[in-house]
Formats: sequence, C-alpha cells, structure tokens
Amino acid sequence: MSTTPRTVISRPLFAGVGLAALLALSACGSSDPLGGGSSSPAGDTGTASGPAEGQTLVIGSQQYYSNEIIAELYAQALEDEGYTVDRQYQIGQREVYLPEVESGAIDVFPEYSGNLLQYYDKDTEAASAEEVNTALTEALPEGLSALEPAEATDQDSYNVTQEFADEHGLSSLADLSTVGSALKVAANSEFEARPYGPQGLSETYGVDVTVVPVEDSGGPLTVKALTDGDVQLADIYSADPSIETNGFVTLEDPENLILPQNITPIVSDKVDPGAAAAIEEVNALLTTEELISLNRTSVEDQAASKDVARTWLEEQGLLEG
Amino acid sequence: MNQLLEAFAWISEPSNWTGPSGILARSGEHLGYTLLTLLIAAAIAVPIGWWVGHTGRGRGLTVALSGAARALPTLGLVTLMGLLLGIGLIAPLTAFVVLAIPSVLAGAYAGFEAIDRGVVNAARAQGFTESQILWRIEAPLGLPLLIGGLRSAALQVVATATLAAYVGAGGLGRYLFLGLKTQDYAMMLGSSLIVVALAILLELAFSAAAWLSVPTGVKVARRGAAA
Repeated sequence: MSTTPRTVISRPLFAGVGLAALLALSACGSSDPLGGGSSSPAGDTGTASGPAEGQTLVIGSQQYYSNEIIAELYAQALEDEGYTVDRQYQIGQREVYLPEVESGAIDVFPEYSGNLLQYYDKDTEAASAEEVNTALTEALPEGLSALEPAEATDQDSYNVTQEFADEHGLSSLADLSTVGSALKVAANSEFEARPYGPQGLSETYGVDVTVVPVEDSGGPLTVKALTDGDVQLADIYSADPSIETNGFVTLEDPENLILPQNITPIVSDKVDPGAAAAIEEVNALLTTEELISLNRTSVEDQAASKDVARTWLEEQGLLEG
Repeated sequence: MNQLLEAFAWISEPSNWTGPSGILARSGEHLGYTLLTLLIAAAIAVPIGWWVGHTGRGRGLTVALSGAARALPTLGLVTLMGLLLGIGLIAPLTAFVVLAIPSVLAGAYAGFEAIDRGVVNAARAQGFTESQILWRIEAPLGLPLLIGGLRSAALQVVATATLAAYVGAGGLGRYLFLGLKTQDYAMMLGSSLIVVALAILLELAFSAAAWLSVPTGVKVARRGAAA
C-alpha cells in the first residue's frame, strides 16, 4: 500500500465509535438487535417488489463505520436492481451478529475473510488470501455462503512513524530485529492473544515486542501513542486513512503472519443469483485504495454512510436509476 | 450458572494470581488508582466544600457545577483526556477525579450544614475564632458526612477504574477488555467479581471509619437520647 506522506489533517474524534461499541457490548447476550417490532430505519419504500417477489433482504453491518459503508454499498446496489432492502446496521461484533446471520434473520453481511475464518476455525493453518477463501467456504455453517471476495482488505498492520523507519531503515517486519532496543506496540488488548501478536512476531520474525493496550482499535488514541513516541509500533487497520494522514509506514509482512482480511460478503439462501451478482459487481471494483478513500470521506467530511456510498456508486457507474 | 463456575475457576487458578499481569498486581494497581483518585479529589473538594459550608456562600453555584460534573460520561472524558495528554495514567486519573469530586464536595459541605447552628453560635459567643470554629467544631462534627461522601466516591471510582485499561494504564480493566475481545467470559466475570470484592472491602473500611469518626460526645448524647 502507498504510504506517501501527505498534508497532515487533524482527524475528527470518532472515538465515539469505540464508546458506542462498548455500550452495545455491555448489553450483549440478552439483546436481540432484530427483536421488538423491527423498526426499520430504511428509506427504501420506492421499490416494493423486487425480482425476489417482494422478499426483503436484510443487510447487517458491524459496529464499525467502514463496515457500515460497505453494507450501504451493497444495499444501494441491490435497491438499484429492484430488491427491497432492510438495513440493520451497527450490530456489535461477531458474537452478537453471527448467530443472527446463522438463524436467517440477516441475509447479507460484509465480512473480513481471515477473522471470520478464525471465528469458525480457531486453529486454521490457511495463510494466503486464496487459502483463507477456500478454507472459509468449508468452514461456513449450512445455509451460509461466501460471495467472491473483494480485492480490498482491511486488516491489522504494524505501523511505525516515518522518522523511526528512516532511522532504522525499516520496510518489513523482519527488519525490526535490527533495531536492538525494546519495542512497544500499541494495540487492543486482544492483540496479545492473537496469532499475529507478540508471540507470532517472535516465532516468525524473531522480534520481541510488548503490548501497550489501548482499546480504541487503532483509533485516535492509538495514533497519538505512536506520534507521541510512547510506543514504537501501532496496530492500525490497513484501510484506516490515518496511516496516510500521519505519514506512517506500514511494515510489510513477507511471511504472511497476519491473515488476509479481504472484504467478503456472507449471504443466506434468500440471496438469489441476481442479488449475488449485484453485490459481486460492487466487490469487483472495491480495492483497498477505494476503501481507504471511502473511509477518508466518512471520517474527514463526517459524511453519512448513505451519501458516501451513493457518491461512490455513481462515480463507478454502478447505479442505473 | 456454568459461567459463574468458570469464573470462580478462573479466580481460583493460582497461576492467574502471580506475575506482573497477575490478579494481585492488577488489583494493587486498581486499588492504588482508586485511593490516589480519592486523595486528589479530597485535596480539591474538601477545602471548597468546607468553605462553602462555613461561609454559606457559593452554595448554589457549587451544587450546580458538581451536579453537571456528575452527568459527564467517564469513558468520553477518558478518551478526550487521552487525546489531549496521551496514553498512560494521567488521562484516566483526571477523569476519575472529576467523577469523584461531586460526592466528596457534597459530603464536605453537607457535613457543615448539618451542624446545629446553635453549637456554632455558642462557640462564637465564647470567643472562638473563625479558624477555631472550623477546626474544633465544624470539621470534627462534619467528619461523618464527609466520610460518607468519600465512601460513595470510592464506590463509583473503584467500579469505573476499569476504564484505565482503555488507555493502556492497567488495573483490573485489563481482564475485562481482554476477556471481552477474546470471548473469554470466565475472565471477564472473574475480574468483575474481584472488582466487586474490592468495592465491598472499601465499603467495610469506610463504614468502620465513619463509625470511628463520630466524636465521643456525640455518641454519648445519642445514647442518652435513645435511652
């Protein structure tokens, strides 16, 4: 990915995302996001009967702004094809929404291939994007299938500041072994337990790091820890525009330590070939660069997912109506 | 029930207690943050509360300000402070102090207000200076309510100190976040139970302190009234 430093733009506080996630999670276990009257926030009254004879496709998204944008891309593409869509966005994390997807309450969900695979198969040995996709097809439960993944990935990545990279001549994780001093990495606390965390880094690249837990998923607090020099490394999602904004250098991962996280739509049996084709058409144009620019529009212009998605789909010529 | 059993199993596993990120170390950090917060909050709120209680001035403003401070969401404050001050202990500590001040402040001035004005006036009539009235009459008589304020602040802070882990400062919140993100609910529930145990411990300590803080004369008078 390109890591050219550009003009530094101060990032708005979307730490609220983390906050909201926490609040939602505190209610997890008992809450059924689809229960209780299902008041749909959808503005989809125009197309009453789609090709699937009036059947409504429910689209969900994680409690992650970027995921909601992708869900909205699928939703508008489907509506454009004449399908009726019910939007159920911002549903916690996997433990909360996957049971809903499995039960058939949600029909379309944008997922991340590697993490989804690890949810179903903790000890998976798949490493490359292709291996992950193959393994995922086998690991998915009955009634669910994965559509063609996008080229775009949004995955954990080890980042350093430009100065630190220049000082030590770093471009890959393997180069870290030459730094010599103690290395600290800012990341969510679960990073410690992940296969690509400190243990994996030590086994694969012979580099020892300690984790400084900062719980905003690579958000502004993590970025600040890195720019302040409190840590030398930060785990930031690769599609996060803050990497480019701050001129961070993402260290390459030649040994595939970090599982690829290609954007992969998970769909139920209710999604017919026509709907699948509409979603895959979007996916085919979704590269990591495009995803970063979508995220940037959302974060920096504070634009709603609906508007971000519509503008992009129009630019790509995916909307007919 | 199964979850609860697993949580107890997590707590009773000896290897979970030792080491730099063991339960002992984390509980020590957690209790340390709580006590440090109370100390700072008391250093700020007690003089203000006593001044308000002694002079009777600025009461409306103090009540309004501390009431407003109670409404601040602490996680938001932790994040905001973290963005201003960077990760580490200072940011969450500031947020916890803001959380603790209203209760301590209320305890301090309510303690003074609850004193029979006749007692204060009698002292003044006998030639007590204002500072003697403050230290010999109002402070001791107001102490039980002040300790009550500290007690309720301690309860809030010990529960909220889990947020220190949000910005890398440790404490028992480490287990909560780690358990949440790795689906280790035994760890989450287990560490929550330890927070509860710390809260009970603090409650017991403060209720003992509150009982001890009632001046002997007041106890005697109360006993006399009851008899």
